[in-house]
Amino acid sequence: MAHFTKATSLHDWLNQRLAIDTLRRVLATEYWIPKNINFLWAMGMVLAITFAFLLVSGIFLLMYYQPNVDLAFDSVNYTIMQEVGYGWLWRHVHGVAASVVFLVIYIHMFTGIYYGSYKKGREMIWLSGMLLFVAFSAEAFSGYMLPWGQMSYWAGMVITNLFSGGSLHADGLVEWIRGDYVPAQAFLNRFFMLHVLLIPLAIIGLIVLHFGALRIPHVNNQDGEEIDFEAEAAKYKAGDKANSKVIAFVNDFMSKDMMVVSIYLIFFFYLVFYHYDFAMDPVNFDPANGLKTPTHIYPEWYFLWSYEILRPFSTNVGLIAFAFAQVIFFLLPFLDRSPNAVPASRRGLFKYWFWAMLIDMIILTAMGKVPPEGLFSAIGFYAALTFIGLWIALPFITKFEKKV
Amino acid sequence: MKNNSRRGFMGKAFGAVAGVGAVASLYAMKRSWDPLPSVKAAGFTTLDMSAYKENELVVEKWRGKPIFVLKQSEEMTKKAQENPKDIERLIKVGDAYFMVTIGLCTHLGCIPGYNSEEESFLCACHGGTYDYTGEVTKAPPPRGLDIPPFKIDGMKLVLGEEGPEYKKMKETGVTL
Ligand code: FES
Repeated sequence: MAHFTKATSLHDWLNQRLAIDTLRRVLATEYWIPKNINFLWAMGMVLAITFAFLLVSGIFLLMYYQPNVDLAFDSVNYTIMQEVGYGWLWRHVHGVAASVVFLVIYIHMFTGIYYGSYKKGREMIWLSGMLLFVAFSAEAFSGYMLPWGQMSYWAGMVITNLFSGGSLHADGLVEWIRGDYVPAQAFLNRFFMLHVLLIPLAIIGLIVLHFGALRIPHVNNQDGEEIDFEAEAAKYKAGDKANSKVIAFVNDFMSKDMMVVSIYLIFFFYLVFYHYDFAMDPVNFDPANGLKTPTHIYPEWYFLWSYEILRPFSTNVGLIAFAFAQVIFFLLPFLDRSPNAVPASRRGLFKYWFWAMLIDMIILTAMGKVPPEGLFSAIGFYAALTFIGLWIALPFITKFEKKV
Repeated sequence: MKNNSRRGFMGKAFGAVAGVGAVASLYAMKRSWDPLPSVKAAGFTTLDMSAYKENELVVEKWRGKPIFVLKQSEEMTKKAQENPKDIERLIKVGDAYFMVTIGLCTHLGCIPGYNSEEESFLCACHGGTYDYTGEVTKAPPPRGLDIPPFKIDGMKLVLGEEGPEYKKMKETGVTL
């Protein structure tokens, strides 16, 4: 056992038992951040804060929500919205955060792609981040079920039908997932469990992994410069802060991070108080009805691009294309064969690839929202082909990239 | 040396016990997610086929799913008889022919709407269409509307039970 001495203060008492000084050093005051990074690097902190909002607002919603097919709709739309003091606030915070979190995730992802932050030793950061994206998607989908409105019910129907695997007709699997022939009580209960317990646990674990993955390769920077963190940290600690290329996470970098977070929060609460409806589908204000389909079914905006990749093809091809879209981002560090971890603007064809991919995904998103008719379905079809084509081209165009 | 092999053995023995336990608990987890017996028992519905009107779509409910019942008019029956593939999809109860199908699009499960003038179904989700026998006439749906398991019992139709007529449809590939 370690040697304990009589504590001189509460701090000392805790320090002997929990090593709080070491902890603070490792996590904060001697956690090094490069100087040359811009506001896009604050998205991690923005996400952490948004996740905290989701957690807290979710806890309050959980106290009044009823996971029962007969009561769920009213418990959300009547009890929480009308009766519970400030219940509307938690719901709007929860709904807006669930939508905005994806906007920030996409910015975070494309920042990583643009600056090559998934390359050379940072593959685990990328992979754990993509796992987080999947977990957030599952979390969003299971949460969408809970108000048990029309869109909830039919989204549940359509998405679980995907598991029948097209011509494989694995209807038994679909019924097993639902616990019934159609989405019903068993389905609502198990998605409730997933939404409030299992997936959040997974998300928290993955966040720890994602942060841990950052520890050794350190965070990338705007120029893709390889920084000798130890040497630079030594300079900083010796007092030569001006010449050191790094700064401490706390307080130096935090102050900048928090600046971005503050601006974000103004935008966030503007949405919560004045535009919460953008995150709420009007169709979901009709109670679920298994005998009537809404005329036009579409997912929330953040899933539209992958939904649109599924849509223009026949069932089987569509499913394969959809599966492709779900996994392909994971492979990015291995498909990008170039040795450069620099901003896309300083690379070869990759700079066009980046913008083409971004624009293509925006087009897919827009086409996923409109009814699949005429010109729109044609545009959607070609955009889906472009998406697949771009990924196939990636290893070839990056292979011949010159080292910069 | 002796010690080592003894530890090795204990390790393997523990591994085996843990492996059996893991498989058994996975099985228990799988079974816990199965539909409950009460859900399965509620899977039968009886329809009185003498109550329907010609060319008027009625939506019944079976296992929580919508069931389309469309009594064929004489002229529709005649049209269907010209095409053996169409008449095979219809169920004869008494003297009349009926289209009885699960009212969920075979593409992704939306409910198609019936237009009695054009005698066809349109699935608004992705634009699939079906004719008055439930056969698909325009993709993306990969096949005609599925026919639920049924048994003919005089003028009644029991959904959820597999009668000889249904078994034959399954064999000939008319339905799944
Ligand atoms: S669900 Fe009917 S056409 Fe897609």
